[in-house]
Amino acid sequence: MTAPIVFPAASRILHWLMAAMILTMLFIGVGMVTFPENYHWMLAVHRPLGAAILVLAALRLLNRLFNPPPALPPDMPGLMRALAHASHIVLYVLMFAVPLAGWAALSAGGYPIVLYGSLRLPPILPHSAPLYAVVHTAHVVLALLLFATFLAHLGAALAHALVFRDGVFEQMSAFRAATRRHRDTPVQ
Amino acid sequence: MPAPTQDSAQIRAPDEDGGVPDGVGRYSLTALRGGRWLHMGVAATAVAGVAGAFAFTAGWIAPSRLSQGRVIDRFEQVNGVHPGFRRNHAKGLCFTGWFDSNGAGARLSKAVVFEPERTPVFGRFALAGGQPYQADAPNTVRSMAINFALTDGEIWRTGMNNIPVFPVRDVRGFYDQLAAARPDPATGKPNPEHMNAFLASHPETVRASALIKAQPPTGGFADATYNSLNAFRLVDASGVSTPVRWSMAAEDPVRASQPASVGSQDRNQLFDDLIARMNTGPARWRLLVTVGQPGDPTNDATVPWPADRQRLDVGTLTVERVEDEGDGVCRDVNFDPLILPDGIAPSDDPLLSARSATYSESFSRRAGEPKTPSAVQLSSNTEGTRQ
Repeated sequence: MTAPIVFPAASRILHWLMAAMILTMLFIGVGMVTFPENYHWMLAVHRPLGAAILVLAALRLLNRLFNPPPALPPDMPGLMRALAHASHIVLYVLMFAVPLAGWAALSAGGYPIVLYGSLRLPPILPHSAPLYAVVHTAHVVLALLLFATFLAHLGAALAHALVFRDGVFEQMSAFRAATRRHRDTPVQ
Repeated sequence: MPAPTQDSAQIRAPDEDGGVPDGVGRYSLTALRGGRWLHMGVAATAVAGVAGAFAFTAGWIAPSRLSQGRVIDRFEQVNGVHPGFRRNHAKGLCFTGWFDSNGAGARLSKAVVFEPERTPVFGRFALAGGQPYQADAPNTVRSMAINFALTDGEIWRTGMNNIPVFPVRDVRGFYDQLAAARPDPATGKPNPEHMNAFLASHPETVRASALIKAQPPTGGFADATYNSLNAFRLVDASGVSTPVRWSMAAEDPVRASQPASVGSQDRNQLFDDLIARMNTGPARWRLLVTVGQPGDPTNDATVPWPADRQRLDVGTLTVERVEDEGDGVCRDVNFDPLILPDGIAPSDDPLLSARSATYSESFSRRAGEPKTPSAVQLSSNTEGTRQ
């Protein structure tokens, strides 16, 4: 069979890089609104990091089209399979929605969207306080939903690695490509 | 990331899945009988650990942390909630105008605003305090906030007060002072015991208050000088950074302060005086940058810098007209003092970040609230008697 045994290298790099960035981002997001004397530096990291995540999310979606993920084990139950697919759709949607809502909130709030120095993004919504209130709330709620989905993802990954031991975790954790795919094919 | 063996990096067949009794799917709960509880516990602990760290960072399990939300809560406890209004400096009036730089600031900062050209501005005059319909009083702190729309598209915002130093040096002091200064419902004045207890543990506030009292307020908004209070840094093109504070010094001659509204029904005396002043023509201020020397404290807004520090005149602010908040340009703007262009940077003053954070919290709360007309209205500037 020609199905890859592990995720392609580009997918694994994008996954682990974005995992670190998004987790950092989520912690900064909730930390900056509760540590006032650290708010400024956290916000200064939050904006460019969010922009980078948005760019990488687009790259990742493109990468997924060209490098499809490996198959799940054939004996995985249908409900688990459906949950896995649904949670990945939610993760992809939120990787776009959370930074876009943040960008939209800064726009509607009349804030300059400074990435670094004089480098800025243009506003994507008109300056409007009621609009800001809606989009800013959406940014917060979606980010918390992203964290909840991340927790489910982490739990599922660890369950695959430690409890099910079905090789799904290793599809993403592998350092090297599966060079033996032609000799040892996944179970059919 | 562990480095798996080649063999582990592939989908495993169910039959090579050691530990699961024969004939039981590895995804079945019965598989857990095969001694996997411990592993499941490890996975659950890892998830709970990350969730717990997140909950701590978010303050959900750290109720004693002084977050910006609690600072704004305290404003609401002291002043009541006035939907749609700023939680502090609630009573105000918008203005528009421009800033003519004379180029002198370009020696210290690469910010475009200091090049010899005109920068459009808008801003807001306000009174400190969270009550949007409070009666004007000479001793209430007056503020000027400005939004500079730099010609390269950058934004600079600054909020300044007509006092020489700030009464507290950090967010905890600010929070405690709000409670200490809260009027006692019985007397309408702050409880002296609370205030004395606060001052006993805040000698810097005692010293700052003496400096503030030693500089009596001017007659109005237009003849007042407004100070940045916090220190900043100006950064030039080669990266050299200079500690500064700045002031908007009024060109209008200073008039003596009038006693508080004696026999007057006008609760907007100071604002109406400003509106009358603006009817006679634009008002101007000179932007004076005070250049700090090594050893001048940049992290403590309660301490003045020596009086002999160089004050660099970098240009003139012209306030052309005032507008009430309803139609005005300033109501839905957060005058966050850390919205800075390239070439102006924060100092190490912890109050700056705390101001930025609390202003943001105030903005987020009021943005979605219904709006009621502000106390100060241009169209009928004697109608200051709401509430």
